[in-house]
Amino acid sequence: MTSATAVLEREVPAARTRPTPAPIPMTRIVGVELRKMLDTRSGFWLMMSVGIIAVLATAATLVFAPRDELSYGSFAGAIGVPMTIILPMIAVLAVTSEWSQRTGLTTFTLVPHRGRVIAAKVGATLLVGVVSIAIAFAVGAVGNVAGSAIADVPTTWDISLGNAATIFLGDALGMLMGFTLGVLIRNSPGAIVGYFVYALVLPIALEPLAAYQHWFRDHRGWLDFNFASTTLYDGGLSGTEWAQIAVSGLFWLVLPLAIGLRLVLRSEVK
Amino acid sequence: MITVESLTRRYAGFTAVDNVSFTALPGRVTGFLGPNGAGKSTTMRVMVGLTVPTSGTATINGERFADLPNPGLEVGVLLDASAQHAGRTGREILTIAQRTMGLPSARVDQMLHRVSLTGSEADRRVRNYSLGMRQRLGIATALIGDPDVLILDEPANGLDPAGIRWMRDLLREYADQGGTVLLSSHLLHEIEVIADDLVVIGNGRIVAQGTKAELLAAAGTVARTPNPLVLVTALERTGMTVSLSPDGAIRTDADPAHVGQAALAAGIALTELRSADSAGLEEMFLELTAESQREGAAA
Repeated sequence: MTSATAVLEREVPAARTRPTPAPIPMTRIVGVELRKMLDTRSGFWLMMSVGIIAVLATAATLVFAPRDELSYGSFAGAIGVPMTIILPMIAVLAVTSEWSQRTGLTTFTLVPHRGRVIAAKVGATLLVGVVSIAIAFAVGAVGNVAGSAIADVPTTWDISLGNAATIFLGDALGMLMGFTLGVLIRNSPGAIVGYFVYALVLPIALEPLAAYQHWFRDHRGWLDFNFASTTLYDGGLSGTEWAQIAVSGLFWLVLPLAIGLRLVLRSEVK
Repeated sequence: MITVESLTRRYAGFTAVDNVSFTALPGRVTGFLGPNGAGKSTTMRVMVGLTVPTSGTATINGERFADLPNPGLEVGVLLDASAQHAGRTGREILTIAQRTMGLPSARVDQMLHRVSLTGSEADRRVRNYSLGMRQRLGIATALIGDPDVLILDEPANGLDPAGIRWMRDLLREYADQGGTVLLSSHLLHEIEVIADDLVVIGNGRIVAQGTKAELLAAAGTVARTPNPLVLVTALERTGMTVSLSPDGAIRTDADPAHVGQAALAAGIALTELRSADSAGLEEMFLELTAESQREGAAA
């Protein structure tokens, strides 16, 4: 009985009163999310791979590309293709690791507004995208200058500023697609496989359909978002092509993203 | 202060938390007891906004968790020490919390020191942590914002005896300074030693709540005497329920004073007389949660 009576007699101190803390600013959440993309070995090397692949692709272009075809476009193309895979992976993992690694338990209790966390993740992902693409363009430019000097051909700058902008838009849409799969599937391997199906398997699978079904071939731009958005990498889009990206993007990107966000906001975090 | 009112959470086919109401008060350690799957963790997840309740509310210091501007500074939460990115170092995990809350970076080292994680341990990746080290890291994350409410789900899991003692002293000190501590456990001894108040849950429903003193007083008295049968008869004559264990211990609902009086009146010597606290809590727990026990244990 001694311990029990001791409890009864112990004086209960009053709860501490303290000023209400200031709300967490959005910039801070973006900063933390950015840090979380880099602070694991896998995250760090995924980011590093952007630079590494840019250098490797540039070197490969220098070695293997025919001398008379050396141009900025050939370097940018060589770097750009692997980039369209890596950047969406970064976007996927930024979301899914909260569930796959169960860090969401901490993240969503420190910031109990999942919408803010997700918005911060989009912001951090796009920041990474901007920096990555800038690095890619810079490495490609160095390769182009070096390549033309070695091959003793005039340096060709055949990517306009407008085309550079549409290339960035194409990569940003790819990242948003990865992000969408992330919020929909909320599991790292699942969402990564999902992205590969979308980016690599589906285009091949739709080829025969386009070959044999004239109706599909004629309307593919309106239906196939991946197909429609590849025009962004070539630049010089027509009004129809822009409209096709918008319409197919509505079904492939906006709608699934809306469903995924709703799931993320409502679902239980365990 | 934590206030839970008529909280219900239904899943397809079953009700995990069924009309649960209780209050965890400042300056006290509230033990949240229940068998596995009783609804403890679900209730705690609802408190911190990770699970949406079907009906009812949970508030911290009068506010919904989601309305707290910077929750880490007001509520320290540890729901699952293993829910950390295996590839981050302990120090990095604390740094993320410190940055999110906007605290000075010196807090990270202070907290590492507070939970006795060494510098080299802090720089290891969590993948290589023992469960006990993860619990310490989780406690550090919960405490870093110097909150006045703590919500801890099974914090003693995986700690060695010295670690359990450390945790107990830490929580005691915390409550003595005016903090509100809610901790769940199925380790009865742990709860019994540390908790001031108890909330017992079984099958999603609250089966008992009150101060530990109240709840255990109801659990009765244990007495021993060289003539147990005489004492049993004497107590039964006063209308008390008495049981005699094979080892000669007498267990009764009566309080120790009553048993002493009965022994004196019967003219027999007592060799032991105590309130049945330790066994009492286990007894009470099994009895109260009998319906929800997987083993169907009878009390």
